[in-house]
Amino acid sequence: MSRYLLVKLAEVLGAMLTVSFIVFLVLEANVEDVAVKVLGAYSAPDQRQAWLQENGYFDPFVLRYLRWLWNFVTLDWGSSTHYRVPILEILPQRLAATGILAGITLAIMVPVALILGVLAGMREGSAVDRGVSFFSVLTTSIPEFATAVFLSAIFVFWLRLLPGASTMLSGFSVTEMILPVSVLTLYSAGYLARITRASMVEAMRSPYVRTALMKGASTSRIVLRHALRNALIAPVTVVMLQIPWLLSGVIVVEVFFAYKGFGTLLYEAALNTDVYLIEACAMVSVVVVVATQLISDVLYRLLNPRIRFGDEPAGATT
Amino acid sequence: MNTARLVAGLKSPTVVVGGLMVGIWVVCALFAPWIAPYDPLQNKAPLQLPLSTGPDGSFYFLGTDLLGRDIFSRLVYGARTVVLWAGLATATAFVVGLAMGLAAGFYRGWVDRVLSFVANVILSFPVLVLYILVIVTFGASGINIVLAVTFASAPGIFRIVRALTIDIAAQDYVAAAIVQGESPLRIMAAEILPNAAGPLIVDACLRLGYTTITIGVLGFLGLGLPPPTPDWGGMVNDGRPMAIAFPHMVIFPCIAISMMTLGLSLLADGIREVGLSPVRSGGKEA
Repeated sequence: MSRYLLVKLAEVLGAMLTVSFIVFLVLEANVEDVAVKVLGAYSAPDQRQAWLQENGYFDPFVLRYLRWLWNFVTLDWGSSTHYRVPILEILPQRLAATGILAGITLAIMVPVALILGVLAGMREGSAVDRGVSFFSVLTTSIPEFATAVFLSAIFVFWLRLLPGASTMLSGFSVTEMILPVSVLTLYSAGYLARITRASMVEAMRSPYVRTALMKGASTSRIVLRHALRNALIAPVTVVMLQIPWLLSGVIVVEVFFAYKGFGTLLYEAALNTDVYLIEACAMVSVVVVVATQLISDVLYRLLNPRIRFGDEPAGATT
Repeated sequence: MNTARLVAGLKSPTVVVGGLMVGIWVVCALFAPWIAPYDPLQNKAPLQLPLSTGPDGSFYFLGTDLLGRDIFSRLVYGARTVVLWAGLATATAFVVGLAMGLAAGFYRGWVDRVLSFVANVILSFPVLVLYILVIVTFGASGINIVLAVTFASAPGIFRIVRALTIDIAAQDYVAAAIVQGESPLRIMAAEILPNAAGPLIVDACLRLGYTTITIGVLGFLGLGLPPPTPDWGGMVNDGRPMAIAFPHMVIFPCIAISMMTLGLSLLADGIREVGLSPVRSGGKEA
């Protein structure tokens, strides 16, 4: 277990270092560009040169990268050029806002998807099964901005029941949360339901379920005691793997509903070429993704006693 | 055998419905100038509602946008943008992913380790963050979208191809080909690739859908193809400020893109069911 974790941790660190290098390369390889982005398009050339000199931009590239990485690790993330405040003053609160949005979404999406998946997988080919399958194809195929438009058209434009924006200007508002959470739930529930269904179908076909059936156990007993435990291993790890996927959806949904979270922060940073803020956001999202992958991997092994730590993971990584 | 499968495919309602939904837009893309009633860039009467007749007597089936451009014509021409760029981007991603996956699965060893590491690194990026990073740095253009999509989806294709190649390379006929002294390149192209085609076709349909979504999302975020190119995602972005008063400007492009992506999903599902391929879970982009 501990050896497996060490290897995995080394792999993850290697991947993160490479990614950080790419981020740095893409955004800071061209020194002149950085100066223009930080000082603005109307800054004088000699002013830019002086600024670059002062901030050590003429040092060798590798040295600059290492210094940048060290600053990131020691939480010295610099200031946003667009918002004109230290990044650490805005990023955590935006991340928390996104955490609330994602948390509520997961709290609703996971039980709904698991129940739908189990109901569908209990009787393969039944009407419920086909209904759930169709629902999941439908919701996962439609882009999240289109779902947002459709739901807004119905509930904001037509029925006039819900607000069309979720700016949360006058404090936290439940009604403003409904639409963003619904869009994200619809967008992600289908995939999880499909995985749960497939896993449940497989469990229901297994020899131990057949044995239980022949012993005359009731359907509810078979499902609850025998099939469910094994069927839930895959979905639980998929939930963790979905978090990075959710992150992409979150950006779109936050922008659509003007929700002040991590997604809109990254988006605004990108639109305003706010170099340091983009870097910080990109690094934070990579850390989140990698951490959830690690947790998912470990969880899969903890839940599935048939796989020992150190073996090739079977299906956990895809 | 192949004709039998084709017939089975045409009998499957999923394939037919999916094929129709995609087919309509492909036809629109091919014959846009004959289908669209107006020039998609021409400024006519602004903010006309659907099924209305403008002051100059032109009929607007789906209304016009803020700049007076006919929405139906823009949707038809927008199909061109989607089919062209999504097709091109998916194709290049497949070429790269195929080459990497075949090499890694056939040679194994250090080739496999290096390529797998590269794939893992790219996959540990949240896709949309990656796109935003690439587009912001290199600018928004069709070619840059192709590059960004190739970069982001090749690793996923690589994983599937690699797994299939490892499976197939263990078969007797591949061993026989190696003993016969055939070149690795020939073995990959003539023995392995045709036997992996089924799952890859299914994956291609799904990826084409993801890429369509990606181009739509980039357009929606204002990072897609530069205006005034008619682009479904971009149309949603343009219409958004006035969407509360004139929802037709955003609803129709959303219906168009949903039709396309849903059609591709159904097509992928249908082909899988018909059994062009053994069932294999492709996995979702993380």
